[in-house]
This record gives sequence, C-alpha cells and structure tokens, in this order.
Amino acid sequence: MSQIEEVSLEKFKHLVSERALTGETMLLNMGPQHPSTHGVLRLLLELDGEIIVNCIPDIGFLHTGIEKNMEAKTYQKAEVMTDRLDYMNTMGNNLAYVMAVEKLVDLDVPVRAQGLRVILTELQRIASHLVWLGTSGLDLAAMSMFLYCFREREQILDIFELVSGQRMMTTYFRPGGVWRDVPVEFEKAVRDFIKIFPRRIDEYESLLTKNPLFIDRMVAIGCLSKDVALQYGVTGPSLRASGVDWDLRKARPYCGYEQYDFNVPTRTEGDTYARYLVRIDELRESLKIVEQALNKLPLGPMRSENRKFVPPPRSEIGVSMESLIHHFKLWTEGFPAPKASIYCAVESPRGELGLMLEGDGGPKPLRVHLRTPSFDNLAVLPQIVKGHLVADLVAILASIDIVLGDIDR
Amino acid sequence: MLFPGTARQGRCATKQSPTELEIASSGRVPPRNDGVKTMDKKLEPIIKTVQDKFGATYEEFRDEVHLFVNPEQIVDALTLLRDEYNFELLSALTATDYWPQTAPRFHVIYQLTSLANNLSVQLRVPVNGSSSKLSTATGVYAVANWRERELLDMFGIEFDGHPDPRRILMPEDHVGHPLRKDYPLGYEEPQFTFNFDEIDLRKPYVKE
Amino acid sequence: MGIEQKLGNMGVVTTTLESMVNWSRTSAMWPIAFGLACCAIEMMSAQASNYDMSRFGMELMRPSPRQSDLMIVAGRVSKKMGPVLRRLYDQMPEPKWVIAMGDCASCGGVFNNYAIYQGVDEVVPVDVFVAGCPPRPEALIHGVLTVYEKVKGEKFKDLANA
Repeated sequence: MSQIEEVSLEKFKHLVSERALTGETMLLNMGPQHPSTHGVLRLLLELDGEIIVNCIPDIGFLHTGIEKNMEAKTYQKAEVMTDRLDYMNTMGNNLAYVMAVEKLVDLDVPVRAQGLRVILTELQRIASHLVWLGTSGLDLAAMSMFLYCFREREQILDIFELVSGQRMMTTYFRPGGVWRDVPVEFEKAVRDFIKIFPRRIDEYESLLTKNPLFIDRMVAIGCLSKDVALQYGVTGPSLRASGVDWDLRKARPYCGYEQYDFNVPTRTEGDTYARYLVRIDELRESLKIVEQALNKLPLGPMRSENRKFVPPPRSEIGVSMESLIHHFKLWTEGFPAPKASIYCAVESPRGELGLMLEGDGGPKPLRVHLRTPSFDNLAVLPQIVKGHLVADLVAILASIDIVLGDIDR
Repeated sequence: MLFPGTARQGRCATKQSPTELEIASSGRVPPRNDGVKTMDKKLEPIIKTVQDKFGATYEEFRDEVHLFVNPEQIVDALTLLRDEYNFELLSALTATDYWPQTAPRFHVIYQLTSLANNLSVQLRVPVNGSSSKLSTATGVYAVANWRERELLDMFGIEFDGHPDPRRILMPEDHVGHPLRKDYPLGYEEPQFTFNFDEIDLRKPYVKE
Repeated sequence: MGIEQKLGNMGVVTTTLESMVNWSRTSAMWPIAFGLACCAIEMMSAQASNYDMSRFGMELMRPSPRQSDLMIVAGRVSKKMGPVLRRLYDQMPEPKWVIAMGDCASCGGVFNNYAIYQGVDEVVPVDVFVAGCPPRPEALIHGVLTVYEKVKGEKFKDLANA
C-alpha cells in the first residue's frame, strides 16, 4: 500500500495565487473524509481569512475502473457495472446503457417496455432528488428534511424491489426490453405514491422555500452564468437554473417522451437558490410524467422477439430446440455487435449522461466511455466559489448535486 | 484486419421490416431502419465546410456523423464549429485505443452538441502510438481541461500547452495508463471454498 | 420506566467489571461518518426514519475519527483511498471495531480490477463482514448487532496484550 502523498506547494504553484507562495494566504485541506463533501472528494482551499481565493478539487478516491472492467465483459454482463456508476440513478444508468446497445445492434423495443422504462426512470429521478434534498438540507442544518425525504424514498425503493427484487442495484432494463413483466401489485403501489407525493412536496416547500434562514444561505450564493456553464459543459438542473432551456427528454425525445405533457423548469438567476427551485419543480414534473405513463401503459410483450439478441422466455426452452440453442449461445458467447461506434445520451437527474460504445465485431465492447454529468458539473466549482466563505462552499457543493461514483467511475 | 481504424463499415444484417398488421397485433414499434433514420440534413453544409477547410473525411453510422480531422488542425476545427455553427457544448472528450495497431493507435474523440440547432457531430483525431501529442482544446472549451487530464492519466496522450498537466483519477505515483489495451485488467482469482487455503496463503492481509 | 422498576429496591447489583464495561460499550457505539459509495446510501437509510438505527444506541455519527469507535467501511476502497482509510483507522482511539459493509468492501464484489482492493482486510483488520450489494439496512443492523455480540465476549486480558 502506498503512502498518502504530502501536499507540497511546489506542485500546486501554478494553481494558487502569488500570495500563497509568500505565506500570506493559507492552504486548507477539506476531505476526503468530510461530512459535507457528499462522498470522498478532496478540496484544497486557498483561504484569505475565511474567504476562498482558490479551490483545487482532487478526485479519484472512488476510481473503480468501471470502463476497463466493462470492456472485459460481454454486452449483457457489462450492464451490472452501470448500476454502480451513479448509485442514485441506477435505473437511468441502465437506460443509457441498454439504449446504447440497442442503437448499436439496431434492436427494437416493445411499447410496453418503453412505458415501464419511463415510469421507473422518472421514479428514480424523484428518489435521486429526494436524497439531494435530504442531504443538502442536512448540510444547511435542516435535519428534519433528511428524515422526511428518506421516508418517501423508501416507498420508491419498495416499488423497485417489487419489480426487480433489489432495492438499489436493479439491472431491470435489458437490451431489447425489460427483465420480466411487472407484478400485478405494481400499479397500486405507483398510484399510492402518486396520491401522497404532491402533498409531501408542499410539506417540503413549506419547511424550506420561504424559510428566511434557508434563503439567507442560498440567495445570490454561487452564481453561475450561462456562458461559464456552457464553457464548462455543465448540464442538467444546474444548467437550467442558469437560464438555458435544454433537456434531452424534450430536445431529443427517447423512450416515447414526446407523448407526455410536461414542462422543463428553468430559472435565470443561476444561484444556489435557483438550482434548489428547479429541482423542486422537477419533482412535480416527474410525477406528472409517471402518472401519464401509467395511464397510457399498454399491454403486450415486454421484450423484443429478436432471438439473436434477446433470450427466449423460460417456458419456450423446454419445447423448442431453436430457443434452447439461442439461449445457450446468448449466455455462453453473447451476441456480436458491429464494428462501429455510437454515442447515446439520456437526461439523468444530474444532466447529460452519455455513453460512447464502440464494438469490434465480437461479443465484447472495444471501448465504453461514460460521459458522466457530475464530472463536468464539479469542474465548474472552482469558478463559482471564488470570493465566498467556506460555509457557503458547503451550500454550493450541495446545490450542484454531485455523486462521487459518477465522477470517478 | 482486426482494427481497421479509419475505414470502418458498420452495418448489421438488415431485418425485414414487419407488416402493419404485425405491428398492430404485437404492440411493437418497428425497428429503427438505417435507411429511414439518417443524419440530419442541417449537418450537410457543416460537413462540407469542414471537408473543404481541413480536408476531413467523414463516416455515417445510424444517425451519427464522425468527421476525421488531422491532429494539427483540431483546434482550428473546434473553433470554427463553435463560432460559426453554434456548437456551444463539448459533451464528451475521450479516446479509443486500437492496440496492437500503431498507426494510428488512438482516436481522440470530441463529441460536440449544438443547443441552438439541436445537432451533434463527432470529431475524431487519429493519433499515432509513438508520438501521442495533440494541442490542447482548453482555449476553446474550458471543460477540456479536466477531460484532457483524464486522457493523460488513462491513455498517456499528452496535450501541448495544457495549463495543469497532472494525473486526475489515479494516484500521482501510479505507473502506467490503465485504459490502454496493453495494460492488464488486474484480475485476481476469487476465493471460494475449494481454493480458500491456497489463496489465503498469498492474500496480502494487513497486520494490525 | 427503567432498570429500577425491573430490579425493585435492591440497592446493590453484583457483576463483573468486564461484563459491565462491555455492556456499556455496546450501548453507545459511535460510528465514524464515513461513506464511500453505494453502501453509504443504504447506511443513511439505516439511520433514517424507516429503520432508525438509534434504537441500538447509534444515532450519533461522528465526523471525527478521534471521537468514534466503530468504522463502517461502506463501499469499494480504491488504491487511492486505501492509505487515507488506513490513516483514519489509525486515528481512532482503542478499542475500535470495523465492519466491512457490502461485497466490494468484503471481497472486491463485481469489481475485480486494477483500481480496487479485493477486500478491505488488506487495509484494516475487519471484525464483521456484511454481505449484499448493497446490503439492506436490516443486514447492516444485523452486522452491528453481531459486533455487539463480539464486544460482549471480549476479555480484558486480550485487550491488554494487544
């Protein structure tokens, strides 16, 4: 095991100001173990008193080698890796991956599977925003938010457990459809959630939105202008809070998002409070999509009939020789994908989650690259914290909603 | 040819599209057909300009366009696309390793998005294994700063004029570039009941 | 309601010092607030409304290793994180216990590659392994109770020799 590297000013001298070299300002280490960094993020702060002069993020403490590991697995087996990438958005990561595979091999998806994907991804978006709301409330000393948000999140996790058997790492979406059809209890569970949740959002808002302590900590803190956001590749709610109306669900509809009626909440202020309001509005919009998708959900097959890529149902294996062969080939060899590269992006709760998938003609991908939104959203942090207090850094970091698994991959 | 690099042909065996009756009865959407879903017509003048100015070649797969640009001209091409054609967002910057092929060994990939026109285009720069150097795009897109550090860390591709050339994900003292194809995965044999004792002997347990 | 109602007006209770000290250690164990990856979210769930780990005297997560006596390694440990984890462990005062939560911390899980320690027992000594990817909050609570069982059986003379 190697040792912890000692911080030497020599290595960072191109990143700090002149005054740090003379000892006029102070370098402070924040993290990797810190209750407010939302994971194992290390920030090296150059401070003048309590005012931040420079901020140097150091990432990689959760680097998992997911991209390399996916290249060593077949297309079906690589999917379990995507769950563990951004662990707040497991369904969304699965969706990006299966859509990329479907695009690469040109696979059709039944309408029912599309509907189920929309419902579950939007529920996951709500769950992710709830964790964000709970933990960022905790950072700003609103302890009860944490308890309320996790209460509602458990209800969503119960729905996930109902359909997939797992609370978090579901791997429920598969190339060509979903793993299996939802049980009959699914509809009631989702309807129950749709019924109670609007009142719960009102409850959160009554606790926070007009709370003077909360407003003092958030308004005009960490302003991110539209140009800087685009320069740094910021996407998702953080970009929409800066006045750019860009949501992949609207701009490039996938999974049939074009049939649902929903708004893309935007703000123009670009500060921490605007990012909070955008996410709160997104909770309501996501719930609207879930309700419409559930009402429209058709009956029918939940997996493609294309046996070259999708395994046959269990019941067929006993009676059809062909199905048995397909099943055997799929689970021993996997399916080949063409020698080509595609880029497929979906809107995750944090922004544009892109997947670049390159096949080499065999059953394993030649290259998988995950364009994760938190990586770029964190890169802008040094620009927006300059001149703020250390306590404000906590609020800003919470408002851009980073997930370290998403950054370090 | 295992990794044909620039000249790749990617087409699946074409399927017969189902009849209307089949669609209605099975509740399926028809499969995406390569002939139907092609690239956006709005991209054509952009491709033409890049071809004329930089001698770029291009490829089409599904609805995506990949433009191949020379390493010397990449910054100019990015500047042109950003300023003239509103590609404000550098969505992804990554690379692919085609080892054991050495010329070109890498493709550095720039995925650009235009919010105003709702378009995407991908620029690919072939880079040789022996001289894996490129000029930095930090001046055009600020996001390239961290993404290029990632490429330096993971592939060992260096960028001339980069303001902060340090490793980003791996520890500073790490040797090698993990995402290169000649870097081993680092697989260790899992410990099961039947080989428990054998692996237990060589497993590096910590001493208190 | 408390011990006095159960015992009545007894005045004196005799026990061994060892079992009394061990009993008091189990009833107020403070874990270090230290989440790594996915399992950290389940650890948060275990403390939130539905599972409420404070029923077992564990509502306090200490942000400082100096104030804590239980480390829950919640997630995969990368080669870059390993030395940091070890330093945090070294900063905790004796006696201290470690739970390896989840498959990644126990044995590497699905990540068998260059970046991840194949089991956190290569970095710090582990008392209890909790299986699952990620383990349910109930599984974590069971793991904590297993640590309690272990603590209750500890002998002073073993600790003195360590």
